[in-house]
Amino acid sequence: MSASLGLTIAVPRGALFGGTVDLLSALGLDTEELRVNDRKLLFEEIGVVTMRPSDVPTYVEAGAADIGITGKDVLLEQLAQAPGESGRDVYELLDLGFGRCVMVLASKTGPDLALERLRRLGVMRVATKYPRIAARYLEETGRQAEIVEVKGSVELAPLTGMVEAIVDLTATGTTLRENNLEVREEIVVCTARLIANPVAYKLKAAQIDALLERLRALSLPA
Amino acid sequence: MIHPIPSGTRDVLPEETGEVRAITDTLRRVFDERGYGEIYTPALEYESVLARADMAEAQPAYRVFDETGAVLVLRSDMTAPIARVVATRYADSQPPLRFCYFAHTYRGVRPQRGQLREMLQAGIELIGSAAPEGSAEALTVMCAALDAVGLKDYKVGVGDASLFPALMETLGVPVEAREELLHTLVRRNFVELEQRLHEAGIDGEAAELLLDVPQLRGGPELLTDAPGPAVEAVTGMRRVYELLASNVAERVIFDLGLIRNIGYYTGAVFEVYDPEFGAPLGGGGRYDELLGRFGRSLPAVGFALNVDPLHRALAGEEQGTGALAELRSVIAAPGEAP
Repeated sequence: MSASLGLTIAVPRGALFGGTVDLLSALGLDTEELRVNDRKLLFEEIGVVTMRPSDVPTYVEAGAADIGITGKDVLLEQLAQAPGESGRDVYELLDLGFGRCVMVLASKTGPDLALERLRRLGVMRVATKYPRIAARYLEETGRQAEIVEVKGSVELAPLTGMVEAIVDLTATGTTLRENNLEVREEIVVCTARLIANPVAYKLKAAQIDALLERLRALSLPA
Repeated sequence: MIHPIPSGTRDVLPEETGEVRAITDTLRRVFDERGYGEIYTPALEYESVLARADMAEAQPAYRVFDETGAVLVLRSDMTAPIARVVATRYADSQPPLRFCYFAHTYRGVRPQRGQLREMLQAGIELIGSAAPEGSAEALTVMCAALDAVGLKDYKVGVGDASLFPALMETLGVPVEAREELLHTLVRRNFVELEQRLHEAGIDGEAAELLLDVPQLRGGPELLTDAPGPAVEAVTGMRRVYELLASNVAERVIFDLGLIRNIGYYTGAVFEVYDPEFGAPLGGGGRYDELLGRFGRSLPAVGFALNVDPLHRALAGEEQGTGALAELRSVIAAPGEAP
């Protein structure tokens, strides 16, 4: 069992943690301590640092980690998506396939209040933790929207009448259903992605290419 | 009293200006020894004039109206202004022309990303010297400059801006799909590149080449077995490499996917990396068509080093080498008049 991959890896805590640790095990890293110690942040002997998924691009861009694993939702929210837009400068190398979720537009079941409000007042209110994804999607699809950024349970926003719709990530739709919300539109499918620091991608090309080759050989779930 | 300044800008105080000046004085000496004359151009230019250069992602971000209502911009690089100078003030001069500059340039930023709104750049432009000789000279001057300031562990990534467009042309990628594909590769989003190739109806061997070639990075061995459609660009890279002295050649990493985010590059492109800094310290390349847009068609090549990142990389390396201390000792103490 090799001690490390010769790279510093930013590993996301949260929903993608299990899949990521399984992947690191499959690559031959000793992940025993990583699995049991959920307070430790730095696992130097296997070159792993753990953090919130949304912090992974930050550490990788700065070069504090050479590579990282995070969700496409995080990348869509943080990366430049159009020419001239300035976003986090990291390279997206591989779709790892696990952690599949869908970014959806949802509103209360029954008649769609968002459409009703859009028709009558020319604007709908949308709560989300992903203001850039929501704004971009609604703009592209020609709906005028007032985006309300919230940090926690987005489902609450339409239930209290603060907004008519939400843009959020859902894996199974259970939370939405339990809160009497209905998926109206699917925006984009998000899976875990492998990202790299631009300088590490060149200075540690051999290690990164070897890793990519092994990951591709592991036959990722489609 | 606290009076804020815009994010991405900063005040530099004497202790630090001493170090920055040690770096810029050393760079200036190297450029000067090699015949590069220093020039100044205005920070403010007419938007309509600079718009002749295709800046792509490095467009000027700050605009103001002057008293007559004309739109002025803060320059976002020095290459376009120097192209303007060559076309107007050196319209009849015999090339090659060699210029260097130490100047602040201005780019738009997103808040809280640590991006610089105002950047001190030190660079050269070599006008009227074609590939491969001109490119080799620019690389040589760049390495001499970095060696002189005492940077130890840097590498220079070398690619060719024409490689991927040529590959797309040969492999029959529809014209309307090319710009998006190129933009995706600038960001090295290989997941999206694969998707977009599929959407553009490109499959099989062509798709594999378009995905695999830009992922090739490594030593000169890359240049011996390049796939057919990439041969022309790769031959160009090999010619440049053959002209490099061994101390420059050993710094080079070939990177067949290197495309810089400025639109005017036509041939060889390069970037400087140091393990102490997470982003390139600078870069440059050939821009054989830019001068023509300003009315004097000449092949050209240049590079710019970002002085603050270079300073930080030196400071990072200093733990072991004492390079900055050595530089400091050769210049006047901070605060003293030169």
